[in-house]
Amino acid sequence: MDVKILIPTPLRQYTEKNDSVTSSGNTVREVLQSLTSKYSQLQKHLFNERGELRSYVNIYVNDEDIRYIGNTDTQLKENDVLSIVPSIAGGNYTADVLEDIKLSNEEILRYSRHLLMPEVGMEGQKKLKAARVLMIGAGGLGSPLGMYLGAAGVGTLGIVDFDVVDETNLHRQLLHSTNDIGRSKLESAKDTIKLINPNVDVVTFETRLTAENALDILKDFDVIADGTDNFPTRYLVNDACVLLGKPNVYGSIFRFEGQVTVFDAKNGPCYRCLYPSPPPPGLVPSCAEGGVLGVLPGIIGSLQALETIKLIIDQGDLLLGRLILFDALKFKFRELKLRKNPSCPICGESPEIHQLIDYEQFCGITSDDEQGPYQDQITVDELNKKLQDNEDIFLLDVREPHEYEISNLGGYLIPLNDLPNRLNELDSAHEIVVHCKIGSRSAKAVQFLKKAGFKKVKNLAGGINAWAGRIDKSMPRY
Amino acid sequence: MIKIPLHLYESICAHGEETYNEECCGAIFGYNKDYGKDIKEIMKFKNEKDGNRQNRYLISPSEYLSAEKAAKEKNMELIGFYHSHPDHPAVPSKFDTDHAFPWFLYLIVSVGKGKAGDFRGWVLEEDRERFNEEIIETIVLTENEKINY
Repeated sequence: MDVKILIPTPLRQYTEKNDSVTSSGNTVREVLQSLTSKYSQLQKHLFNERGELRSYVNIYVNDEDIRYIGNTDTQLKENDVLSIVPSIAGGNYTADVLEDIKLSNEEILRYSRHLLMPEVGMEGQKKLKAARVLMIGAGGLGSPLGMYLGAAGVGTLGIVDFDVVDETNLHRQLLHSTNDIGRSKLESAKDTIKLINPNVDVVTFETRLTAENALDILKDFDVIADGTDNFPTRYLVNDACVLLGKPNVYGSIFRFEGQVTVFDAKNGPCYRCLYPSPPPPGLVPSCAEGGVLGVLPGIIGSLQALETIKLIIDQGDLLLGRLILFDALKFKFRELKLRKNPSCPICGESPEIHQLIDYEQFCGITSDDEQGPYQDQITVDELNKKLQDNEDIFLLDVREPHEYEISNLGGYLIPLNDLPNRLNELDSAHEIVVHCKIGSRSAKAVQFLKKAGFKKVKNLAGGINAWAGRIDKSMPRY
Repeated sequence: MIKIPLHLYESICAHGEETYNEECCGAIFGYNKDYGKDIKEIMKFKNEKDGNRQNRYLISPSEYLSAEKAAKEKNMELIGFYHSHPDHPAVPSKFDTDHAFPWFLYLIVSVGKGKAGDFRGWVLEEDRERFNEEIIETIVLTENEKINY
């Protein structure tokens, strides 16, 4: 039986410009088959790779859509007219990604309180599920970041860390608990996040972030959340983000104070616009040296998680070009305006940095910096022997008085910062051993004393913590 | 190459701004010429997509048929469709590519924060792999010419 088929404008080029052609068959399928065998180029525009009619190609028999009357098996009668009607559809990229993302009923229930808010809704929740966030560090800042981002339904959460869980982490790093002491932080973090939300794909990178691996690790993520505790890594993360054009949700903490902002060199300043060069090594103590209030990373890391989520769902005003300073003792939030520095060496108008550099060197850190030169060091075992042999050793403790209260070796206490004013209390004829908590402040003291003319002065490698670990195990480490 | 009178170019931009932050859509009529497509008229459509109209548009089969019919009455050809990309570049998405027909011209106007910007024209390649961009030339007509256009 011959049936008339109406051809839409764009497909007429394949039917010798005819707006209608005649084809034979008893069902819609047969008629279309004979149509495409005559005009073979029509095949790929009407059917997909699996031979099914494309979703945006509608076939009408007279004025009825075949979807409602039997699909391609629809029987045809004499004088029936078949029309090929395209439905014209399209849209932008965001929807491309979101189109493939589905939320299960379990997920819908889990994220119910997000879905109820129009600012998040299905679209925002799908954006979260599609998002890939990389956390640098699974420590103090990484804890609220990992827990809240995981709970919020971020689809892929990458974590870079190489440390193991230590007792001193537990007062603030809630990703880890007492049972995790000695475990890799990554394993412990992954377990905690998975326990909160098993839907999250946690991708772990058990390595120190370096100039060699940073671009490779960062490139597959949409947002980077920096929870590092040292300057070389901070500059490294910044530079890698600028080079890759990725936003960097930044947080830092010290004692009672914290900072948060969002760096995105494409739309605002970067870390180098704020701090063009690092502070001299040792000026800003790390958490291990200076301490930190446990709840503080909880606050700052949560603010980072908040900004990360806003960035992903594209809602509200981001902390872009705004640096928040939080002083927990005074309970004051201050906001500073940050501007892009036109002469910034990496994101300015004529950048000098086009690839990652040596960040240890940039930050003035040399390998023997921590404990000082080897010849100026003395181990806890050597010191123990000298003391047992009743050698005349003057033990100088350069820690703070409140640290002395935690534990001491009976040394003479002059805090590092007071040393220049109290040199007269020391006798350069004495053999002096200087110690602090872990050996880095005392290394600076030794350096200073040597310059001041002291010859017989050594740094106790590893500090009082090493002593407590090897010599006197009844002593607390801190 | 695509030739489009300035006032039609402006109406498409205005349509995109009007429906912002949802996508607008419509049909384009004119003639196929040796150099490409000569745009003579446009017809606005309502975006029929259920939900997600910020990122998607749909012209239903019945609207499509009305466009074919209109072309016949005007003695013109239905040469393509236009739509807007709110807060996104005027570049076809994967979804656009998957749902396009060859030969048709797809005009896309980018509407950033409610203001129409980039305006670009695309035609799907024969093998359906990608869109090729067409150069757009806007023609300024006098009031009189507009009436007769």
